[in-house]
Amino acid sequence: MSEVSADAVIIGSGPGGATAAEVLTRAGWSVVIVEKGRNHLLDPDDMTRPSGGYSNDEIKFITRHFLGPDPLVEPRAFRVSADDGEHTHVGEVNSIPTTVGGGGTHADGKVPRFREEDFRMLSVNGPQEDAHVDDWPLDYDELEPYYAEVEKAIGVSGRQGANPFAAWRSGPYPMPPGAPMYGAVLSSAAAERVGLHPYEAPTAANSIAYDGRPACNNCGFCAFFGCPIHAKGDPVALLTKAMATGRCELMAETCVSRILIEGSRATGIEYIDADGSMHTMDAKLVIVAGGAIETPRLLLLSGLDHPALGRHLMVHFQTIVVGHFSQLRLHPYKGRAVTHVHDDAMIQDEASRAAAKKAGLPWFRGGMVEHSGGGLPIMEARYTPWGRLHAQAMRDSNMRERMWAFIMQGEDLAYSTNMVDLSPSIRDARGLPVARITYAPGKHELAASKHHGKILQKVLEEMGAEFVIHTSSPGVSYNELGTTPRPESRHVIGTARMGDDPATSVVDRWGRVHNLDNVVVADSSVFVTASGYGPTLTLVALAARAAHHLAGTAPALVDWL
Amino acid sequence: MGRGPGYVCPVPVWLSDHEYATLRAACAQMMPSDQGGPGAEEGGVADYIDGFLGAFTFDPPRIWAGGPFSGRHGGEASFSRFHRLSRLDELAWRMRIEGSQGMAEREFNGPVVGLQQHYREGLAALGEDFVEVDGKEQRRRLRADERFCALLWDHCCEGMYGAPEYGGNRNGVGWAYIDYEGDVQPRGYSDAEVSQP
Repeated sequence: MSEVSADAVIIGSGPGGATAAEVLTRAGWSVVIVEKGRNHLLDPDDMTRPSGGYSNDEIKFITRHFLGPDPLVEPRAFRVSADDGEHTHVGEVNSIPTTVGGGGTHADGKVPRFREEDFRMLSVNGPQEDAHVDDWPLDYDELEPYYAEVEKAIGVSGRQGANPFAAWRSGPYPMPPGAPMYGAVLSSAAAERVGLHPYEAPTAANSIAYDGRPACNNCGFCAFFGCPIHAKGDPVALLTKAMATGRCELMAETCVSRILIEGSRATGIEYIDADGSMHTMDAKLVIVAGGAIETPRLLLLSGLDHPALGRHLMVHFQTIVVGHFSQLRLHPYKGRAVTHVHDDAMIQDEASRAAAKKAGLPWFRGGMVEHSGGGLPIMEARYTPWGRLHAQAMRDSNMRERMWAFIMQGEDLAYSTNMVDLSPSIRDARGLPVARITYAPGKHELAASKHHGKILQKVLEEMGAEFVIHTSSPGVSYNELGTTPRPESRHVIGTARMGDDPATSVVDRWGRVHNLDNVVVADSSVFVTASGYGPTLTLVALAARAAHHLAGTAPALVDWL
Repeated sequence: MGRGPGYVCPVPVWLSDHEYATLRAACAQMMPSDQGGPGAEEGGVADYIDGFLGAFTFDPPRIWAGGPFSGRHGGEASFSRFHRLSRLDELAWRMRIEGSQGMAEREFNGPVVGLQQHYREGLAALGEDFVEVDGKEQRRRLRADERFCALLWDHCCEGMYGAPEYGGNRNGVGWAYIDYEGDVQPRGYSDAEVSQP
């Protein structure tokens, strides 16, 4: 076994791992980050600087898996329920990038905070049949200083006071909002006329030069693309800061196959290098940040056996409502992918309570609604028929130019049947069992989707849509458009939930695996509930909190301007 | 392994001359150029597909164009410097393009049929005389093989509207016809262009 002198080994270089590395190295710790994906993010000759590997290239990022994982060599298995047998699909399943920077590299950068209620779902709303609705072992007030710290570290633009439903903040956003998309200007005005409360999306993309990185120049290649000029701060800002301390080593193309455990302690890791050779490395402390699918997979491969491990997978059930506007050119490919959102669907009112009651539920909540347009040319072309009418149809551009959409990131409840385990038969190219995802939305998700989808349709009609289409991800039978039964939200949450009771939770309130003294989980696996907000900022704040706890330090509001 | 930077690729790169002619005719039916706009012929769509099937003829393989800028809107033209593949990347892309061909290291989850075989069989199924029959018959034959037709259509779309460095969208004709500026870095769009009609 090779000895390592680092204070911590961090598995995964995405937002959670990068945050842990930044906080710990700032506190004087030395860390080794082990990342199974390739490094396209940092300059290999000077890892304190970003690289130039990203580009405005639809082929490279959308059709050719540049950010990984490639489903041929790193597939997943999927089934809707155990009744389906071993699996119904092998390939891509709601994957987030496998690359240095992880999920932060492809995200469009929306980074909302959770609200106070999100941490106290059982106390505020009460239980739901079949679901595990619980309070978190911490509340918003406890997490707020860490939210404030990481917003400054990654650089978040937004406007304090714009969202009437927002949780309290100890200070303003580090940057003002960027330019609003033309379509979002129209949809926000329509939403206000319908009585909703749209606001500028908190976004980890620079609206001004910040932290040595330029302002976003509105190229439009945000969601699913790496930023060529690194105006998106998460997680490049955190990784370059950690590297600049001289106390962080990054091992890319290094896949951890197992955490080595003796009794109540991890003694090291077993890993496979870029050439396919297996090695082991000593570790004093192991921080796992592989995301809510790969983290439980690794813990299961390591022999952990806990009834809640891998259970309660949440993905955000997406309600997608699309309007067509033949008289407008909305050009959503100019600017950030989403500039406006609204939270009204997360606030229960008389109408939603009545709809919940009608559906036989005590309550339901939707999620944050994103105002966005659709598609780049290759995607549009694929939806356009071939033949004599193709060229003119592309020129008319009914999708790319004349479509506007709302995507509601609907809150998933935690069901023990929605889970990640190890596939009995499918292997990755390294010979390791792949993750098998079992997922189906419950009555709560479907009822909330149906109710709020109708409201979103009204907004699009108010905006002037000639017709409106509803769909969802995953697809369900009431939708007008059929879609895959596999979730495609790219949000994965909740498979190693935190709690004070070792019998019902996998990690404690600091992310430490119960009964293991030196293994900490620092990603969205630890979430108790999903909320209807994207998980990134909350998982980053939790990772910062866990790292500060380890180092015995307090959050600091560093001004990176 | 691939050939060095001084190598001038033949046309076609991977297909036979006859297969290439059949592919060009099929692409031209899918994206005809008779409506005043450019079609697959002007866009070099068949060259995109042939180049993709022969990606490993090049060194580095023509899978991922470089970055951060193409030079079309400023900055150094770096798309043409394709990324090198890792061992795992190469395994994935050889599996996808060449298929598993009975090799154990490519069949860890069973045999994989590659794009080369799909194209070889799909083009053959269109008929030896595909380039000679009239357009109506060509379209009938294309529709008769739904699976190959769907595969070909996906690649036609990439070849017509993807970055020109991959061999298609010749001189940006696909983007120009739909009033799309393509990769706009490092110029980007002004705030006014984003927020106004």
